Amino acid sequence: MAKPGFEINRLPGFATIALGAFVLLYLPIATLVVYSFNGSNSVATWGGFSLHWYDKAWANADVKAATMRSLIIGVSAAVLSTTLATLAALGTTRRRAFKGQTFIYVMINQPLMVPEIVTAVALLIFFGILKVATGYQGLGYLIAAHTAFCIPFAYLPIRARLESMDLSLETAAADLYASPWQTFRRVTLPLLAPGIMAGAMLAFVISLDDVVITEFVKSGGQDTLPTYMLGQLRRAFTPEVNAISTMLLGVTVVLLTAFFLLTRKKD
Amino acid sequence: MRHLLAATAMVLASATLAAAEGQLQLYNWGNYTSPELLAKFEKETGIKVTVTDYDSNDVALAKVEAGGSGFDLVVPSASYVPIWVEKGLVQELDLTKLPNHKNIAPEWLDVAWDPGRKYSVPWQWGSTGIAVNTKVYGGDINTSAVFLDVPPELVGKINVVPEMIDIVSLATMYVGGTACSDDPEVMKKARDVLLAAKPNWISMDYGATERLSNGDWAASVNWNGSTMRARMATNGDVQYGYPKEGYPIFMDSVMLLQDATNVEEAYKFIDFIMVPENAAMISAFARYANGIAGSDAFMPEDMKTAPEVVVPEEHKAAGVFLPTCTGKGLEYMTAIWTELQK
Amino acid sequence: MSPAEENAIRSSARNGWLLSAPALIVLALAASGPLLIVVYYSFLTANDTGGIIREYSVEGWKGIFLTYDIFEERYALADAHLTIFWRSVWLSLATTALTFAIGFPTAWFIATRPARHRAMWLFLITIPFWTNLLIRTFAINEVIRNEGILNTLLLWLGVIDAPLQIVYTETAVLIGMTYVYLPLMVLPLYATIERFDMRLLEAAYDLYANRWLTLRRVILPIIKPGIIAGSILVFVPSLGAYVTPRILGGGKKMMIGNFIELQFLQGKNWPLGAALSVLLLFIVMAALLVYVRVANRDRGAGHG
Repeated sequence: MAKPGFEINRLPGFATIALGAFVLLYLPIATLVVYSFNGSNSVATWGGFSLHWYDKAWANADVKAATMRSLIIGVSAAVLSTTLATLAALGTTRRRAFKGQTFIYVMINQPLMVPEIVTAVALLIFFGILKVATGYQGLGYLIAAHTAFCIPFAYLPIRARLESMDLSLETAAADLYASPWQTFRRVTLPLLAPGIMAGAMLAFVISLDDVVITEFVKSGGQDTLPTYMLGQLRRAFTPEVNAISTMLLGVTVVLLTAFFLLTRKKD
Repeated sequence: MRHLLAATAMVLASATLAAAEGQLQLYNWGNYTSPELLAKFEKETGIKVTVTDYDSNDVALAKVEAGGSGFDLVVPSASYVPIWVEKGLVQELDLTKLPNHKNIAPEWLDVAWDPGRKYSVPWQWGSTGIAVNTKVYGGDINTSAVFLDVPPELVGKINVVPEMIDIVSLATMYVGGTACSDDPEVMKKARDVLLAAKPNWISMDYGATERLSNGDWAASVNWNGSTMRARMATNGDVQYGYPKEGYPIFMDSVMLLQDATNVEEAYKFIDFIMVPENAAMISAFARYANGIAGSDAFMPEDMKTAPEVVVPEEHKAAGVFLPTCTGKGLEYMTAIWTELQK
Repeated sequence: MSPAEENAIRSSARNGWLLSAPALIVLALAASGPLLIVVYYSFLTANDTGGIIREYSVEGWKGIFLTYDIFEERYALADAHLTIFWRSVWLSLATTALTFAIGFPTAWFIATRPARHRAMWLFLITIPFWTNLLIRTFAINEVIRNEGILNTLLLWLGVIDAPLQIVYTETAVLIGMTYVYLPLMVLPLYATIERFDMRLLEAAYDLYANRWLTLRRVILPIIKPGIIAGSILVFVPSLGAYVTPRILGGGKKMMIGNFIELQFLQGKNWPLGAALSVLLLFIVMAALLVYVRVANRDRGAGHG
């Protein structure tokens, strides 16, 4: 028998490294957040607690415009991609495997596998041609691009939810003479709702965070919050970027917490 | 479901509409546009100007040539102006809409690269030299050797801006040639000296004004106005050197893009910047001289005596206004630059 | 099978296709389809100031490995390109190794917490992952730059006299990528470790194995699928990294992603950029195929 006090699953040094990893993961982010409240300009000196940079960020017209644009694109992409993903999930689960189903999986998950820079380049070329040919240079291209790469992110939680759903409720509805559409609307959809919400939120966060594809697809004056920050990071390192980052961070954390609560398995 | 679709449609529509009213898309160098100028312009005309920035002539040209960029105005350097014109990327200016055109200083009116100024209007002009933090290196800064034969104190601390014409010209003149030379022996020497020096550079990046001010870089090949701002931010530590082997003089001018959508607003802006006090406002921000007559009266005091702006006598002769390179000269320059970029 | 059943199956398949169609169309237009255009462009001629001329040419592909020396007037091996490829590969491998070295203990730690705490630990490791990549890279930059936290601390402690030059080096990019991709290694490892039967450890210790032997001969082989999954999840994005080397590398330490971008800006060589993109795609696909093959083989083999 093992010695008393001998913990079976403890490996030497692992806890230290693990805890160290957690600290190291959060330290830079914490630094970022703390210094967004820094009264002075540089990281080396602490100039007292101040909301000065937040005021500056709020007052910055470019930041406001970029934020608006990120929100518009994010919401549109989340709504569209979740709708498309829901349909696709319904079409690929709970039925007998059909020919070409693998192809559909590959297509849906392809944005996860292709490096972003390659997609960005492809869209730069393709949308560039369209922009010149049609003369339309609006946000539509960005929304289309974001919708596309958000689809796999929305698809996965919805599909997971769908596969774990109890079929018996829907069978019961059918037994009670409900039409397929009624069953869908009154039984399936409500049961699926948490999965759809989770998918939508994931899609929104992903869209909000995108840098590379947006950077290549955007036309003049179409900065989103991340591309605006990228432009700033190439030159000025004022704590204004810290303030913007902290706000963006806050939004992400809130959404993620909601996502986790929604997808938590009920014991 | 229907409500969702309707909401999405409305959001999309409003997004595209918002682009239309009283707007102007200006594509300009980074850190080169005075926010006060834009505020004044918006107050007088109600037109909101959005600035997108670039840091090299090549990037600007590439982005616009790719099509569908969405910009209305662009501000390239003189040596590139003929390229833009030849490629049909810019429109000839309707001078009847620009009453202030007569304000252009005579020496900048009939330039070789745009006679009569039919396509471009002066924005700012300056020189390319070496900015050095004299606390780190106290030697002679008026030579290209600072970045081509890097002194020990600056090894790994000096940056080189990735602007092709400036850097390759500086190197060419350093090895005794003339800018845009098509002599293969000279260009080969220029290439070798650049490639040998590159490992000693810390980076080939932009943002010199900030990075010289906050200490990330100890020196950089840099433009005069940006260096003046760094000097002011570091209380005189950063100084500007005029390479005696030869240094480029440039002028950046505003041009109207062929596929600009806000043409009327663009004309208003172009006319606006040719008013002497507005031109002075542009200069006061980025610290470069401008090409509008009568603006001197409105320029800030410190610019009237700054060594970066008013070229000291002993350095005047080495200044070379960069021509537009063509043919073999351009091929050599591009080949060297491509190799250097990797 | 009765005709009715056959019909049911057929219409089920048709419905499957119909429901998936809208998503497929959007993906074809804004994700997969344009990739074909990239392949097409890689076989065209470069226009001297950007864009392409519709003339067939293999200069784009040749340009990956050869450059034309304008002075010697001949083709030479493009060692500058190869430097960039090599840098990308070795940095990605190093990142994978480093994230494993740090991530494995972390995943083990989380998996061996009491069950009710695990969700919280997982949540903690996931938050940085979902944080904007730009923010994380910026955060690391704040720590390692000349006037950043690390240097300020070391200077204050008197350990060094002058700031350590970390940014603008390959080390900076390595640190940045490790930081950014660590959660991607932890999560698959955790998933595998969680299913690990701890009684095997008890058995091993009963047989007088010490901890290291147990680690090497029992634990690691069984969690191999997790190791492979995590490695792929880190290696693939590292290879195509763009933001991190751009901000931390300062233009001199380019990786493939930055080099591709360069061809569409100052490089003025779209066909080369397109060819490089296709090459990157192939390498990534190859890595994924390896993963699928190994994962299937392990799953098929089962536990002996």
